[in-house]
Amino acid sequence: MLRKTLIASGVTAALLAAGPALAAEKKIIAVSIPAADHGWTAGVVYHANAAAKEINKAFPDIEVIVKTSPSASAQVSAIEDLSATRKLDALVILPHSSEELTTPVKAIKDKGSFITVVDRGLNDPKIQDLYVAGDNIAVGFNTAKFLVEKMGGKGNLVVLRGIPTVIDDERIKGFQDGIKGSDLKILDIQYANWNSDEAFKLMQDYLAKYPQIDAVWANDDDMLLGVLEAIKQSGRKEIKFALGGNGMKEIIAKVMAGDAVTPVETPYPPSMIKTAIYLTAAHFAGHAPVRGSFKLDAPLITKANAAEYYFPDSPF
Amino acid sequence: MADLAAAPPRAEPGWSIGWGDAGPFLALAALIAIGFLVNPDFLSANNIANVVTRSAFIAIIAIGATFVISSGGLDLSVGSMAAFITGVMILFMNWVAPSVGTAAIPLGMAVALVTGIACGLMNGAIVTLGRIEPFIATLGTMGIFRALITYMSDGGTVAIDRSLRDAYRPVYFGDVLGVPIPILVSLAVALVAAYVLYRTRYGRRCVAVGANEDVARYSGISVARVRTMAFVIQGACVAIAAICYVPRLGAATPTTGLLWELQVITAVVIGGTALRGGRGRIWGTVAGAVILEFIANLMVLSDFVSEYLVAAVQGVIIIIAMLIQRMSKR
Repeated sequence: MLRKTLIASGVTAALLAAGPALAAEKKIIAVSIPAADHGWTAGVVYHANAAAKEINKAFPDIEVIVKTSPSASAQVSAIEDLSATRKLDALVILPHSSEELTTPVKAIKDKGSFITVVDRGLNDPKIQDLYVAGDNIAVGFNTAKFLVEKMGGKGNLVVLRGIPTVIDDERIKGFQDGIKGSDLKILDIQYANWNSDEAFKLMQDYLAKYPQIDAVWANDDDMLLGVLEAIKQSGRKEIKFALGGNGMKEIIAKVMAGDAVTPVETPYPPSMIKTAIYLTAAHFAGHAPVRGSFKLDAPLITKANAAEYYFPDSPF
Repeated sequence: MADLAAAPPRAEPGWSIGWGDAGPFLALAALIAIGFLVNPDFLSANNIANVVTRSAFIAIIAIGATFVISSGGLDLSVGSMAAFITGVMILFMNWVAPSVGTAAIPLGMAVALVTGIACGLMNGAIVTLGRIEPFIATLGTMGIFRALITYMSDGGTVAIDRSLRDAYRPVYFGDVLGVPIPILVSLAVALVAAYVLYRTRYGRRCVAVGANEDVARYSGISVARVRTMAFVIQGACVAIAAICYVPRLGAATPTTGLLWELQVITAVVIGGTALRGGRGRIWGTVAGAVILEFIANLMVLSDFVSEYLVAAVQGVIIIIAMLIQRMSKR
């Protein structure tokens, strides 16, 4: 009985092994990303799936597999499982955390896979063949420059920052560098954890504390939604600008509609995962050299170019 | 049962607040005094209205939690449940809005209440019929509700239909004679809850079960029924909070209601309810919820706390508030 089972499982294993071998010509691109737990990651999942569908259709010789993981340790397991069961020609990864993913990704690199890292870098940049990321410093810097110009170099600002992380620090630093040398004054800066509810409360408190606020910057669009609601409730009219960042579709729609208080936006688009998957596919399908770093700019999104960044079907 | 109902040895709190239960109110008064010294704007009508209105969600949910906790239970799922109910309600309203117009709002409220009661019933059944520790049972449902809202929103946002937005807005932003509606709602919920907990047989049984399960059982009280009912009350309260919450930002996201359960439990305990059961204080709970929101408000209005240390100072103030509460009981 036991023997029979063993033989049966042996046969099954052989069949399974034959599966990939039959399609040996097909190049496998595995995509490992965080599961959708807030707006931005939801956008990443949406764009990764969209890219997979488009590439699988356009290039019959390439198969893109998307796997989402809710935590860093789950992501480690996911990429180990992927590489154990199939030969990965490429891995496109947006790591949950740099520290925990570095060694497991290196192990996959050592098996001969092409490694594309997105957004958050690994601790050892030598592992990646291609690096695709946005520019967090520019998100803050370009917003600041816009405010300096439009407000004639002077005025009172309040700022809402996110969760204490490198991303948040870079955006704030870019912003502070951007207003340097002008008479724009940051009255207050507090954490609202990239959460609309907390931003709503914080903005109410800012409004109670400061009688004159000329502009608000929330370094993420989720927070901007809460800010706008609090301003609307207060009925205060002196606030000339309330700006966000990231490229949420609701805010881009405002920019397209020519909103007076939110006339511009800076992108840190989740669609960068799509850029990464397409570039990786180009490495195999187009024989195009793609090794290197690809930094997406964070240009000001205005009414003129907003359509380029508007994805009405995306959850973000 | 009859003896329990008749036994009057310990003074029941009733409608008037006894001196021994004044702790949370003393802490609140102290906090308001400090707030005024730190920044006179603290006492501006606008600021007080904003902060008390904001505290309404936590207060309403915490009133339900007062029943669960005083009956010896615990519900960790309230934050996720609030997000889940919000999501269900918005999706339902958006679905029926094209055919019934703004009548979708009262219908949505009814759906929210039914959903909340069903969620509470599920928690209660798992705890009593399944004989699982409330901590673990509701930790499980907490994950379930959180995953469901994430699933419903694809990880993004479930936003209310534009046609309903303006019609529904006054439920959070409107007022009656200058008192914001969420404050009126939470007062109404607290009045009903105080009546049920202090004046009805169910309320006394609830506390009796929390004080000593075995004694309650020997007195002929159905412990399972009393506990389940407490979870159902909790579910209904979460639904009422969700109904007031939806018009504020008009959306549910996977981060809606995150960590509310901790704020709720803190509010209940600051209010004088015993975490191990057997003692429930509705008005104390309401004061506790207001205290928590005032602390957060004060952190922003004051200038001498670095943004990096806000959470630490909040923690210290909560502990001091607890100490004031304890000492006033002696």
